[in-house]
Amino acid sequence: MNLTQHLPALQVIVPLMSAPLAVLLRHGGLAFGLVTAGAWLAFANALALWFQVDASGTISYHLGSWPPPWGIEYRIDRLSSFVLLLVSGMAAIVLLWGRASVAREIPRNVHYLYYAMFGLCLTGLLGITITGDAFNIFVFLEVSSLSTYVLIALGRDRRALAASYRYLIMGSIGATFIVIGIGFLYLTTGTLNLADMAIRLRDVQSSRPVLAALAFLTVGISLKLALFPLHQWLPNAYTYAPSAVTAFLAATATKVAVYVLIRFYFTVFGESLIFDKLPLPKIMLGLSLLAMFAASFIAIFQDNLKRLFAYSSVGQIGYITLGLSFDSVSGLTASIVHLFNHGLAKGAIFLLIGAMVLGLTKGGATPPAPSFDRLNGLAKRMPLTCLGIVVAGLSLIGVPGTVGFISKWYLILAAMEKGQFWLVGAIVLSSLLAVAYVWRFVEVAYFRTPPAQSEAHEPPLSTLIPAWLLVLATLWFGFDTSFTVGTASDAAQQLIRVLP
Amino acid sequence: MTANMFILAALVLPLVGAVGIVLTRKKANLREAVTLVTAGLLFFCVAQLLAPVLAGQRPELLLVEPLPGLPVAFRVEPLGMLFALVASGLWIINSIYSIGYMRSNREANQTRFYVCFALAIGAALAIAFAANLWTLFLFYEVLTLITYPLVAHTGTDKAKQGGRTYLGILMGTSVLFLLPAVIYIWHVSGTTDFRLGGILPAGMDKSAVAVLLALFMFGIGKAALMPFHRWLPAAMVAPTPVSALLHAVAVVKAGVFSVIKVVIYVFGLDALVGATDWLVAISGFTIVAASVVALSADNLKRRLAYSTVSQLSYIILAVAILAPLSVVGAALHIAVHAFGKITLFFAAGAIYTAAHKTEVSQLNGIGQRMPWTMGAFGIGALSMIGLPPAAGFVSKWYLVSGAVSQGAWVALAVVLLSTLLNAGYFLPILYRAFFRPLSAEAQAHPHGEAPWPIVLALTLTAAGTVALFFFPDVPLALAHQLLAAP
Repeated sequence: MNLTQHLPALQVIVPLMSAPLAVLLRHGGLAFGLVTAGAWLAFANALALWFQVDASGTISYHLGSWPPPWGIEYRIDRLSSFVLLLVSGMAAIVLLWGRASVAREIPRNVHYLYYAMFGLCLTGLLGITITGDAFNIFVFLEVSSLSTYVLIALGRDRRALAASYRYLIMGSIGATFIVIGIGFLYLTTGTLNLADMAIRLRDVQSSRPVLAALAFLTVGISLKLALFPLHQWLPNAYTYAPSAVTAFLAATATKVAVYVLIRFYFTVFGESLIFDKLPLPKIMLGLSLLAMFAASFIAIFQDNLKRLFAYSSVGQIGYITLGLSFDSVSGLTASIVHLFNHGLAKGAIFLLIGAMVLGLTKGGATPPAPSFDRLNGLAKRMPLTCLGIVVAGLSLIGVPGTVGFISKWYLILAAMEKGQFWLVGAIVLSSLLAVAYVWRFVEVAYFRTPPAQSEAHEPPLSTLIPAWLLVLATLWFGFDTSFTVGTASDAAQQLIRVLP
Repeated sequence: MTANMFILAALVLPLVGAVGIVLTRKKANLREAVTLVTAGLLFFCVAQLLAPVLAGQRPELLLVEPLPGLPVAFRVEPLGMLFALVASGLWIINSIYSIGYMRSNREANQTRFYVCFALAIGAALAIAFAANLWTLFLFYEVLTLITYPLVAHTGTDKAKQGGRTYLGILMGTSVLFLLPAVIYIWHVSGTTDFRLGGILPAGMDKSAVAVLLALFMFGIGKAALMPFHRWLPAAMVAPTPVSALLHAVAVVKAGVFSVIKVVIYVFGLDALVGATDWLVAISGFTIVAASVVALSADNLKRRLAYSTVSQLSYIILAVAILAPLSVVGAALHIAVHAFGKITLFFAAGAIYTAAHKTEVSQLNGIGQRMPWTMGAFGIGALSMIGLPPAAGFVSKWYLVSGAVSQGAWVALAVVLLSTLLNAGYFLPILYRAFFRPLSAEAQAHPHGEAPWPIVLALTLTAAGTVALFFFPDVPLALAHQLLAAP
């Protein structure tokens, strides 16, 4: 039995197994070791899969050797391999980073549960990305969502429970809509296999159930995506969750939802004429612009640094969906590239904020919330942390030399190709909003005097090194784009051509 | 060492210097020595490129290619050579001045100051040597960001406000106008390389050319074309060595340098025929309006700031009239204005350090106390007005010749009017300094010249201003080569 043959299955199974083992062992340290090892194995697995896809094209794996469309098929093309790398990579880094943070932010007696849930969340996200079966998507979506609700509720702030509950309600509505959409698709096509659905949809494309399916799926996925105005759960969830959870979610959860949207729009519905029936591109365009402007604007006035960057995330997701709305190769390339780039940048920022709150107090005290009044003159006490946030913030603005610039470049090019020059103006104008909210942090951290009795100090190296690795990655991939842009444009071409 | 290696050395030295400054931050004298040594070495490396460029070579360097067709690449041509020589040469003198100024005024955060300085000069050199629009844009943005801590250095509320205006206008114009313009060039031409004669596709619609030119001219906010000039007076809140650097060397020259580069190497003079009338009007308006504001400005640095806005638009006007002679004048003015303005700012800083005076109305009789400083100020003023034996005469001569050759009578009138206005706001300062008696308050607080590093620096730049008048060979040769085929 050749191991490399079964890499697709192992991608999901390894993190999946680490979760119940962590629960059984009931020991925080062992749970950490197990789940982290599982995440790193998953990352190695994703790397191997990426190289495989790069060399020989789309991989089709039949789970249990049941042939599709009766069995579940794991299908890995350019886009899936890209997202798999992002999710597993971020999990690996956040888990390693999180030791110090988890020790102080989560009660010791539930550490093993935290790691178990993290393992399940990772499993769910990886599963969504790798599967080629519609209902399987829903199953893994539920796995990742339910574990996410628990993870968010583990935060020490009392409002974490309320935030988790809100996300639970909205997330369940979203998941319900998604399963209704999948149900309609099954009704009309008779299959759950995505590739098979695409072929069969050609015959039934204008029927009402299919249109309804598209509508339900769009709304459901948009809830998970936090597309404005369905983003209400995100700010609270990111703000009150434990720092490691925020970092992981910000980098992966919404990105996987984007992946699902792309998968349904371009792979399943791609060949049908469905987009002529519903004004989806225009709706996407309008909502994306709303997200870009409104969310970035709201971010400027936030008092809590985590909440500020949470709204920033909602705004940045607007850029991703804007690229989708172009329905062109450049637009889709821009979306996929920004998916990765934003994951990197936001992951870096939230890891640095998580480190920062650790450094705000001494000893084993619970880290306080990063409200702006606690950040006065912080750059003097923790220069490396603050510098990291500024550099990653430059990526959000889209300064050349950072990954954010590459995404903006492709987005603007895509708009120019469509001749939509007013859209170019909108994109650059909204980038200036990012300058405003990043510069709020700069002014407070660098130009105010720190309080005399502040205990703030540079956080431990174990938190700074992984975070700075991500920061350096945002600079590296701003100059060496062969991996990110290469994969993204290949993926976009694959999707828009919609090969069987 | 080949010429290409010298380009790399010139780009890497400021980085190495910055690291050195951080490492020696505890020992102030050693730290200052690092700055001076780095500046000296840098000028040496840049100077090595002069002979090859004058001989017609164009040394190149390719660093990395982030996106296919968009390399971060460098190519030394005459205009870039001129800018680089001015920037690296004046950094040495500015560093001497900074040492005197920062220590005498006991400024805080000196390490941050010197580090940002070194990196800013590095960014300016990268702009000077940029081989394509994308590289220029990259380092243009880097320059904005790295000079922000210098502008907001003192950390007071006023400094923060000035920093916000500075960043807001510069980032705003570059993101809103310059970036779309660069991407559009890429979109229609498939390249952003600088080529003599331009890279626009043939037969491009005249109105599209005009719009694109407008995007560039307003997008290059560092050239301070109205109405996006307010960042310049706002940046006066910075310590004077920063103002001297910003207003003579790095930032504003990067702005007008980019303007000239874009006009000659992206558009090409031929493609712009008929599309620049609005630019002549706006730059002409900027020249006159800024001079009028300078007339009534009592704060010395504010007066100098508006004088700079006005002088920068000389350069823009010179290229807008599309006359080869005036383009020579524009290139020359980069060097000439640098020396003259830095002298004026050095003098302003000397007055502040020695006498703690900032307003023109306080300067009665100060020539008695600080004759050397005010003498240098006089030379700088002569250069601004454009009178011999100051170098300003030479560039103005070329500018006027170019205007006459094109029949650009509006431009000519503007230049003559602004010469009068320049005299109107500079000569009274000299009159006050030398021919009015000291006020009673000033007589009660005697002082002499500023500390010797400051006086040395302003002597050197004043001498340079006069020397450029008598020996303009190198800048003139480079400027003449600008339009010749490479």
